[in-house]
Amino acid sequence: MENPSVSIKSLNLNFGSVKVLKDLNLDIGRGEFLVLLGASGCGKSTLLNCIAGLLEITGGQIFINNKNVTWEQPSDRGIGMVFQSYALYPQMSVRGNLSFGLKNARMPKAEIARRVANAADVLQIEPLLNRKPGALSGGQRQRVAIGRALVRDVDVFLFDEPLSNLDAKLRADLRVELKLLHQRLKNTMIYVTHDQVEAMTLADRIAIMKDGLIQQLDSPNKIYNRPINKYVADFIGSPSMNFLEGNLVGTSFITGDIKINLKGYEFVEGGRPGGASWFGIRPEHVVVDEKAQFNMDIFAELVEPMGSDTLVWTTVAGRHFRFRMDGQAAVKTGDKMQIGFDPSRGSLFDVASEERM
Amino acid sequence: MADINMFEGPHGTKPRKAFSRSNILLYGTLIMVAMYYLLPLYVMVVTSLKGMPEIRMGNVFGPPIEITFEPWVKAWSTACTGINCDGLSRGFGNSVRILIPSVVLSIAISSVNGYALANWRFKGSEVFFTILIIGAFIPYQVMIYPIVILLREMGLYGTLWGLVLVHSIFGMPILTLLFRNYFTSVPEELFKAARVDGAGFWGIYFQIMLPMSLPIFVVAIILQVTGIWNDFLFGVIYTKPDLYPMTVQLNNIVNSVQGVKEYNVNMAATLLTGFVPLAIYFISGKLFVRGIAAGAVKG
Repeated sequence: MENPSVSIKSLNLNFGSVKVLKDLNLDIGRGEFLVLLGASGCGKSTLLNCIAGLLEITGGQIFINNKNVTWEQPSDRGIGMVFQSYALYPQMSVRGNLSFGLKNARMPKAEIARRVANAADVLQIEPLLNRKPGALSGGQRQRVAIGRALVRDVDVFLFDEPLSNLDAKLRADLRVELKLLHQRLKNTMIYVTHDQVEAMTLADRIAIMKDGLIQQLDSPNKIYNRPINKYVADFIGSPSMNFLEGNLVGTSFITGDIKINLKGYEFVEGGRPGGASWFGIRPEHVVVDEKAQFNMDIFAELVEPMGSDTLVWTTVAGRHFRFRMDGQAAVKTGDKMQIGFDPSRGSLFDVASEERM
Repeated sequence: MADINMFEGPHGTKPRKAFSRSNILLYGTLIMVAMYYLLPLYVMVVTSLKGMPEIRMGNVFGPPIEITFEPWVKAWSTACTGINCDGLSRGFGNSVRILIPSVVLSIAISSVNGYALANWRFKGSEVFFTILIIGAFIPYQVMIYPIVILLREMGLYGTLWGLVLVHSIFGMPILTLLFRNYFTSVPEELFKAARVDGAGFWGIYFQIMLPMSLPIFVVAIILQVTGIWNDFLFGVIYTKPDLYPMTVQLNNIVNSVQGVKEYNVNMAATLLTGFVPLAIYFISGKLFVRGIAAGAVKG
């Protein structure tokens, strides 16, 4: 990438003998919204802390704005950070919270006042400026926490699961606000989350991490439609992808007495065209009572109505298989129905390496 | 309108009798135990307000027939302790002059220690902490003589500052542990946020941590004030007679062998000596409990 905003070069981090981050390379473009997504303990927050300079790294380099900041203090790196627990200073007013960093930087009073007013205006927290954090709601606190990053007037924002402590409705509201804020400010934002909805909706690119390694770094669309391995395919999507274990023979996938013709499926270049493999298809790509390229008959074993849609569970080739139907569909347990899908929308993975084929 | 009779049978809060059997048992026990603990204090107070003739009549629990403050005045200003006869007032002054610098010094050092150990993990910080904690388990008696020599070499033996130094050092292990545990319970993200905001070691300590830790400072102050005020051993070993703290003087008054035993003066002197820790508990009891509980949540 040319002229990246943040550049991480072969980053290593060990806690004692445990290797948390392993030779990690990552370039983040100017104004890009990058989401680090993964299960707990995958190293995503650790990576963010390394970028912020809150953790001393074991090896490698970190560049922010083409400046080597590997040995710099967090405050000298040109970053602002927002934490999951808000981390507002409880004894200071909102104004005090916003101006604390600027006072530490010995900025003139007038400039501090101007920046605080500006941030308060952007986030619409002016009426709260003289309150203490204890007197604010969760959503207001998180706005103030974002404001604290905003007043620093930096190029790179780091978010460490900022919405995880909020209730579902507020989370959805703030998610939209964050996206609007990014469109308006056009800063580089690095955002850690374990919530795939946040990742899909906010990100320009998503980096899916597992065991300290980036599994796939791609646009949300690519990650969803063409996951690079079985872990990513399974991790992204809710309910998660259905997997059938079988064999690839020619252009057909065979499991038990089911044969799926893979016409139209785009194989990975240099991929192994045969042998033991997983075939994955997302629940929302399954159609019911419609003519599709592949059809079969099943019995509904469990029905989960969710209002907006209904999830039906069944068994295909000895494995659980779920698919999504319209919320108004009248389905009962034990109903016989015909389902189908377009195999080109599925994904094939090698059984041994779990890589995409 | 909802009719109250629309509910048949039991409804709402179950009514309870104030004088149920369990209540009588519970409060009865509590009152008995409280009286048992208060009895000695009661005896001391009434005795200190009686004249000697009345005490000789032997009614220990009876209230004073004629209230006199003479014993209190004598205990404070004219009771004899060995050579000088100026009462406890001298000891009180000494104790205050020992107490204030010892408390301030030990808490200042230990709170910074605890803060550094909790938030600024450095190489060997765990080892350092372990060594400090082991210090809390070494019996004082083992160190008495070595400290005499150390103080002598430093030219502090027999001075108030020597005793202040000893108190500060002996307070450190337990106070450091207390502060470390408290600061560990402060969310780590707060500390991280302050670092991103450009605050350094002292900036975070004074501007973020200190204002948040009033309860634990109160706990530390109570522990140190009572501990140092009640100290007898170090006071008698490391100071000279005219610098003896109040506790040592009290002992000298009570144990003086000349003349009659003036029980009323002894009781008054003891109450005077115990007044400072007692006042501290009364003033800050609530904060004390809160601080102990806060420190116990984590760490």
